[in-house]
Amino acid sequence: MASATAAAGARPRRGLVPGAGGRWTRFALRRGGRLLVSLFVLVTAAFLMIHLVPGDPVRAALGTTAPTELVEARRAELGLDDPLPVQYLHYLGGLLHGDLGESIQTQLPVGETIAQRLGATVSLGLLAFALALLIAVPLGVAVAVATRRGRRQRTSLGFASGSVVIGSIPDFLIGVILVAVFAVGLGWLPVAGREDGAASYVLPVLALAIGPAAMLARIVRVEMTSVLESDYVRTARAKRLPARRIHLVHALPNAVTATLTLGGMLLASMVAGTVLVENVFAWPGLGSKIVESIVTKDYPVVQGTVLVYGGIVLLVNTLVDLLLALLDPRSTIGEA
Amino acid sequence: MRALRTPVGAVGATLLGLVLLVAVLAPLILGDRATAVDTDDLLAGPSAEHWFGTDNLGRDLFLRTVVATRLSITLALAATGIAVLAGLLLGSLPWLLGPRLGRPVTALVNILVAFPGLLLVLCLATVFGVGARGAVLAIGFAGAPTFARLCQTLIAGVGSRDYVAAARIAGVGRVRILLRHVLPNIGEPLIVNATIAAGGALLAFAGLSFLGLGVQAPAYDWGRLMQDGLAGIYVHPLAALAPGIAVVIAGLAFNLTGEAIAGALGVTPAVGPRAWSVPVRTAAPEMPAPAEETVLDVRDLAVSFPGPSAPATPVRGVSFSLRAGESVGIVGESGSGKSLTALAIAQLVEEPGHVAGGVTFCGTHLQDGGDHDDLLGTSMAVVFQDPMTSLNPAMRVGPQLAEVSRFHQGLGRREALARAVDRLRAVRLRDPERAAHAYPFELSGGMRQRAMIGMGLMGTPRLIIADEPTTALDVTVQKQVLALLATVRREHGTAILLISHDVSVIGEVCDRVLVMYAGRIVEEVAAADLRDGARHPYTRALVAAVPSMTTPLDEPLATIPGQPVDPAAVPPGCAYAARCPLATDQCLTEEPVLVDGVACWRAGEPLPSELEKEARV
Repeated sequence: MASATAAAGARPRRGLVPGAGGRWTRFALRRGGRLLVSLFVLVTAAFLMIHLVPGDPVRAALGTTAPTELVEARRAELGLDDPLPVQYLHYLGGLLHGDLGESIQTQLPVGETIAQRLGATVSLGLLAFALALLIAVPLGVAVAVATRRGRRQRTSLGFASGSVVIGSIPDFLIGVILVAVFAVGLGWLPVAGREDGAASYVLPVLALAIGPAAMLARIVRVEMTSVLESDYVRTARAKRLPARRIHLVHALPNAVTATLTLGGMLLASMVAGTVLVENVFAWPGLGSKIVESIVTKDYPVVQGTVLVYGGIVLLVNTLVDLLLALLDPRSTIGEA
Repeated sequence: MRALRTPVGAVGATLLGLVLLVAVLAPLILGDRATAVDTDDLLAGPSAEHWFGTDNLGRDLFLRTVVATRLSITLALAATGIAVLAGLLLGSLPWLLGPRLGRPVTALVNILVAFPGLLLVLCLATVFGVGARGAVLAIGFAGAPTFARLCQTLIAGVGSRDYVAAARIAGVGRVRILLRHVLPNIGEPLIVNATIAAGGALLAFAGLSFLGLGVQAPAYDWGRLMQDGLAGIYVHPLAALAPGIAVVIAGLAFNLTGEAIAGALGVTPAVGPRAWSVPVRTAAPEMPAPAEETVLDVRDLAVSFPGPSAPATPVRGVSFSLRAGESVGIVGESGSGKSLTALAIAQLVEEPGHVAGGVTFCGTHLQDGGDHDDLLGTSMAVVFQDPMTSLNPAMRVGPQLAEVSRFHQGLGRREALARAVDRLRAVRLRDPERAAHAYPFELSGGMRQRAMIGMGLMGTPRLIIADEPTTALDVTVQKQVLALLATVRREHGTAILLISHDVSVIGEVCDRVLVMYAGRIVEEVAAADLRDGARHPYTRALVAAVPSMTTPLDEPLATIPGQPVDPAAVPPGCAYAARCPLATDQCLTEEPVLVDGVACWRAGEPLPSELEKEARV
């Protein structure tokens, strides 16, 4: 931190705001550059994946009984007979034109398959994440304020044990329980699928959001509790500000670093969670597609799906970092 | 082991012990019965014979769930081990290699972490083929990046601290710093996360087997059993739920144990309410209304905290008052109760602390239960000891000052900010516009303390309470801050209550000095008389401990022998008696009261050291 302060002092002064604004822009540019590099590595890894499969992927996909001519023809179609660098260039070139290759099984373009299913998965993930945040942040803050300095021991214990228990239940089990209770038992909501509009979203979104919400609420609570003990919160109290302002404006942003860091990780884990939850609810998204493709060894589809999932998460991570730098400028400095 | 004494720790450890015991014993005792096929009893519901019913081969689901414990736990632990070790290694590399070589590693970790664990697992499972061994490797390595990133963040956090910087400047090697200074400081979150990771690996395995990509028949773990059960969930849901419940219980065992360990490693456990008992004080004696010009009047102020056995009372009946524009110092050793007195006056003592007695500020009784926020917010300012931590690190300095005026004087955002810039100029900050737009970490310690004082000037301060305002600052900056306080006092007629352990600081700024010992005022003396006119042996010892120009260089510096009093066990007589060279039997049994400015049975009597000095002369 000391060196960063020195660097900030050494820079030429521009206008009234020489500090955080310009630094944030530079940070954003650097972070954007890293995103590009990451995407490049992701693409390369996805490309190599198909070549790491032991033996002939096409033979594995089509089965031992498939005629040799068919395997040869499919290999040629996929370009697997070309030298590796040539294949790599073709792959990159294809990606630039939005071409993710063709399914070995159905010969449909992978991009088309993904485009059909992407919306179902993204809407599920975003709704669940939003719900998790909406539950976790207010709950964590409220519990931290209420149980500060050893007050309300019973609330504290109840929250701690409750959130641990709920956070320990895997999302697909929550899904199974929700189905058993609300769909099979009470018959209020559809059992599976996405044909019933908003009603069909309720159970999958809940299944995906409840566990992460419990975990996040715990982190928010722990962070808030320690921030509430800090000197600057005492200063804010010495200024006799309204309690709401002390908690939300002075304390919360300082608790947000860990919350957002974990929130980003949770979002990533929720993307993975869609794979399981979609399989519980027969949700027509990418998650059910990727498992299906792994089982049928449809490598180009696995490859394309991984690329899309990875790309989404890289983007989310970048956005989280940028947001973090805006809210907690020290984290920007740390990387300078 | 302290962890196990908390209720959470006890439950967690018990659960974990049971789970491990079942994992070891169940396959030995029940293994055969769990695989026994009974074609007469296919897909049966729960019964006395089969508690959770049977599967499509008539095998007992309860037994299968219990027996599956071993495989599930073993696989999860193996994967966790891989994840933690690989993560720690990968996470500490950037720090060990330094910024240049470390950057590619950081980048790699960031890219790896971009893959959601399960997605990475799915890819690896595709490549390595489906099955238990591939799944262990896949889940282990898939967990490593998250762990690496955590370690990296934690290490970077600790690595930027002052003591690490100091060790580096001192030439200590990076590996040694990592092992000695950094790793011990990230141990707590690491252990918590390793435990969570074990629970997580358990769930990941269940998920993978649930998808049919993990453990393959005829072997079975909980995930596999769940997959088998889901197909028949509409017939009897228990088949899917029972192994799920087992997963949750085992996951909980890891989580609770980790939580308890974290709690035990943490600083102080929350104080239980049962220790709560306030020493009941008699009602504050009727006092004549303070004179018009009195800014602050403190009567019989006491602060107590619940302790493990008896409540501790660090402040035990303090009374004094301040006139407008007067500057009074409170001096005493650490633990004498002076800072707590300041906090109590400022109404900043929080539960479980309990304040008794009366504080009257500008004619208003502060404990009358009313809302005094506007009065206190504009007329009383508090400057704390550590300017590095007393400003909000995530807010620009200007708005932090401005909000005082916005909330207590009804100013708009723009007007309030203009006033803040003006006040920053008033406290002699160079380039106040720039400072107002800076974050606290962009300012030096002295600048921040000026900003804190400027914050106090946002209203029309009648009183500034400054709690060790110069202790954390350089000597030259100390002088400037003290001079600034003196200027504020002169220009605004503000009374100043300066708390310090430093007799020379007090002597420089104050008119009057209150000497505190063990939560009481033991002497009240004009600042001018502090050096030569003090009568209490403690005051004289404090003064003697400060070297002056005339202090003989060939003698060791004077110190006060003995330890300050523990506020939970204050002796019956004079609290200072145990350390006092003049103490008599009376001092040990009867507590002296403050009479005529001093609370001592033998006030003003010559000390042995003084007699000795005289004898020598």
